[in-house]
Amino acid sequence: MRSNLFTAALAAALSLAAGTSAAQISDNVVKIGVLTDMSGVYSDLAGAGAVDAVNMAVEDFIRREKPKFAIEVVSADHQNKGDIASNKAREWFDRDKVDVITDLVTTSTALAVMKIAKEKNRLVMVSGAGSTRITNEDCNDVTVHWTYDTYATANGTAKAVVKQGGKSWFFLTADYAFGLSLEKDATDVVLANGGKVLGSVRHPFPGTDFSSFLLTAQASGADVIGLANAGADTINSIKQAAEFGITPKQTLAGLLMFVSDVHSLGLKATQGMYLTESFYWDMNDETRAWSKRFFERQKKMPTMDDAGLYSAVTHYLRAVKATGSDDTQKVMAAMKKTPINDFFAKKGFIRDDGRMVHDVYLMQVKKPEESKYAWDYYWVRQTIPGDEAFQPLSRSRCPLIKQ
Amino acid sequence: MSGLFGVPWPALMGQLMLGLVNGSFYAILSLGLAVIFGMLNIINFAHGALYMMGAFLAWMGLRYWGIGYGWALLLVPVLVGIVGIVIERAFLQWLYRLDHLYGLLLTFGLALIIEGLFRHQYGVSGLPYEIPAPLTGAFNLGFMFLPRYRAWVIAVSLSVCLGTWIVIEKTRLGAYLRAATENPRLTAAFGINVPLLVTLAYGFGVGLAGLAGVLAAPVFQVNPLMGSNLIIVVFAVVVIGGMGSILGSIVTGIGLGVIEGLSKVFYPEASATVVFVVMALVLMLRPAGLFGREQ
Repeated sequence: MRSNLFTAALAAALSLAAGTSAAQISDNVVKIGVLTDMSGVYSDLAGAGAVDAVNMAVEDFIRREKPKFAIEVVSADHQNKGDIASNKAREWFDRDKVDVITDLVTTSTALAVMKIAKEKNRLVMVSGAGSTRITNEDCNDVTVHWTYDTYATANGTAKAVVKQGGKSWFFLTADYAFGLSLEKDATDVVLANGGKVLGSVRHPFPGTDFSSFLLTAQASGADVIGLANAGADTINSIKQAAEFGITPKQTLAGLLMFVSDVHSLGLKATQGMYLTESFYWDMNDETRAWSKRFFERQKKMPTMDDAGLYSAVTHYLRAVKATGSDDTQKVMAAMKKTPINDFFAKKGFIRDDGRMVHDVYLMQVKKPEESKYAWDYYWVRQTIPGDEAFQPLSRSRCPLIKQ
Repeated sequence: MSGLFGVPWPALMGQLMLGLVNGSFYAILSLGLAVIFGMLNIINFAHGALYMMGAFLAWMGLRYWGIGYGWALLLVPVLVGIVGIVIERAFLQWLYRLDHLYGLLLTFGLALIIEGLFRHQYGVSGLPYEIPAPLTGAFNLGFMFLPRYRAWVIAVSLSVCLGTWIVIEKTRLGAYLRAATENPRLTAAFGINVPLLVTLAYGFGVGLAGLAGVLAAPVFQVNPLMGSNLIIVVFAVVVIGGMGSILGSIVTGIGLGVIEGLSKVFYPEASATVVFVVMALVLMLRPAGLFGREQ
């Protein structure tokens, strides 16, 4: 205990000393903190895979760019709780001299850490969390939102399904901020494209038995049941919809789904579903090459969160190298100035509200007989250009954007 | 349109039916807990983890050894029961003379360990388990579309509950069990092997959890966290029914399933809480539970 106190005091003294040397890389070490869900409901789409994606980015960067500074990666479990995430963030920023915190799989953890980063003037690169609040009401100038948001995933899927003839909608919504925001985003798109919304039912989060809610949705007679939930809730909704004969008579639309969900459910239960993701491993040679390396290490294909993390961390490290500094504002300026061109994003760029704008893809899940090899799950039906996929700046509620 | 508070009858009947299905799961799980508490005075927090283990064993049987659902329904409860017996002999038997709290903490720790092991191995998204072919499809009841499998769940769990109740209340073995609960020393004096009875009772109780797990596998995704999602509700059921009361656990299990189903019609947001509201009310009015005896 006593030695702990001593090290803490020493670390505090050191960090004070380091704070004074500006425009340099403090201690000549760039430290990246991966704060993610290691054991909870999102640990399959993030978790150990996310940490390893960051490790890959660092290894590749050192190999290719031979930087003069050292890079360290630390990781921790935020348990999807805002308070745990903020405690860890404080500890990392104050004591461990972490320069950037990344991933953050739930909105609550992302918003909590963003606030502390602003206070301490350090960087946050959100990948796993999806709420549009990150770049709207709660936006700040030390945060980049990299991989996706609920606007993009709901927008892409809802538009496509309405165009396919799914005019009337009913929502099955997880009763918390994330679900409600997903429902609202999708409702706007459905109405704008000439569809109508017959109603919605809010289920407690997390839920296990969705049959009652599904029955209500079935009785509504809607063409499409929009699933405004995520993870295990979505998985169980889809599974039970098949059991009650809802599919294939009515169509299900997953407003936020990851390839890990499809993998878990299997193609029989998910075939024909539309969903929007910003990455799929089997799109081109570049994505395949990276994903196969990831597979070698993790024995599973990467989710869009994993790929986005690799891309975000690489972009960050390049900005540090280019500026020769780990100063937050300098690095942020360099990141915003440089376009992003890698296997994850083409001609991507970071807007002033912190949104990294890049193309996203409308996928349709393959039929079991169409799947030729392991993890062969999607048809890429449409590429949605970045400026269409994400909420336009003209509708931004971010105080940093002057209307 | 005729109906209750603006909800049409067919919809209401449908939800009641679903309530009955969920109630059957609650009943079979709380029955196991009641048997264990009655015999061992242990609050078995590992129950949810063993239920999850049941679902996983069914999945593993199919995946690795090609053992179908029917055999799983027979074998898995036995296997989980054996795991229970090992737990009882290795850990629990040392705690009977201590406060309830020790048993609770030990089983809670075991639950976390078991869940952690499965989570480490299989991740959290869960694994699919198909509904066995003869039980796919659905009955059209006129007011709803009842999947055959759900009807099967009701049938199996009601017969198991009834069977257990008959064995404990009406047979000689049940009489021994009840005597051993009431006064273990006197029962031992009559030449009955009380520790053996206790071990078997624990094995049987957790075997029921394993059975519930197999029944649940095709309905819910087989997931390491499935037990911890359910166990708190099941404990509320046991408390409402009266700790250790066999009949109480069966009746309240089904009853609360139905109440929960109804709340999903009228105010879905409250459906996760309604069981606990009932629990608070019951504890205020009848602290020993609906069917419990005050001691």
